[in-house]
Amino acid sequence: MAKVVVVTSGKGGVGKTTSTAALGVALAKLGQNVVIIDFDVGLRNLDLVMGAERRVVYDFINVTQGVAKLSQALIRDKRLDRLALLPASQTRDKDALTEEGVLSVITSLRKMFDWVICDSPAGIERGATLAMRFADEAIIVTNPEVSSVRDSDRIIGILDAKTVRAERGERVAKHLLITRYDQARAARGEMLTIDDVLEILSTPLLGIVPESEEVLRASNLGAPVTFNNPGSGPARAYFDAARRLLGEDIEMTIPTDKQSLFGKLFGRRAA
Amino acid sequence: MNLFNFFKRGGSAPVARDRLQILLAYERKGQGPSELLFILREEILAVVGRHVEINPERVTVQMDRGDKVSILEVEIEVPNTVRAQPGGGRKKRAALRPA
Repeated sequence: MAKVVVVTSGKGGVGKTTSTAALGVALAKLGQNVVIIDFDVGLRNLDLVMGAERRVVYDFINVTQGVAKLSQALIRDKRLDRLALLPASQTRDKDALTEEGVLSVITSLRKMFDWVICDSPAGIERGATLAMRFADEAIIVTNPEVSSVRDSDRIIGILDAKTVRAERGERVAKHLLITRYDQARAARGEMLTIDDVLEILSTPLLGIVPESEEVLRASNLGAPVTFNNPGSGPARAYFDAARRLLGEDIEMTIPTDKQSLFGKLFGRRAA
Repeated sequence: MNLFNFFKRGGSAPVARDRLQILLAYERKGQGPSELLFILREEILAVVGRHVEINPERVTVQMDRGDKVSILEVEIEVPNTVRAQPGGGRKKRAALRPA
């Protein structure tokens, strides 16, 4: 039975699209059939992060409006044939996406894939509520920073109220993915620790993605870290998170980028 | 940066944690009931509006939260020229005395 997962956060810029792409690749590499959907109508970016921006012909809204067939809009990844992308539309019409349209596409995708991962736009408006509407599980991406944690708390409340599962009296399984974590700064008391965030949000932890130069490098290249540099800290964090989604019991660690001795001694990040 | 600031640095995370804990405790308390008030307001408006003409903007619904009991306060302004509206086939005059 396919699982529909929403990647959400409330706040923008915390790593929803990066995490959707990296987890999609990780799950596909672990043998799963995966589709990732961009729900950010008007501001699509998942195509760019996946390096598929020049292959977009039809989009999500073309499918819901009957302009194109689902199979025409789905972009199969060239590197991994078990992974597909459904790009968002660039239309400026905010109401182009309807609940019926989303339901019909998700219902079809459930039959074709093991995982349907919905990349939510920031905010709590239509696009964000539609992205979570039919979710079985939710990944809440949070930075260890006050505004991100506050917005995550708000999104958790909305997941418990506005999803189809919540309305039926069922539960959307929630997972917290902490990104841009800097253990050294947390140890110095300069950044909220994992325990702080977990205590405040009381949501089970899916993974800890360290702050890393590899993440920007990956989006520059259009190849998620889990493709491009599977040994890097963030990639290992995403692989562990993907395994946990598959039900494996994996010890929680904070993978770091392997550094040379020189790097360890002198490579402390400026800023 | 003076020496004092140098020693003071590094302690900002506990401040962040405390601020968040206080803020979220407050915001969570507000979340449920405000939703409840919204639903109550809509339903009360619908019921009253079936019988008398009311201006939805002249309606206030609020909850005064106390330790042991809370008071739900509903204030609906009814114009002096109250007209009974036909309700479900039955003719029924709303016996409303404007205060």
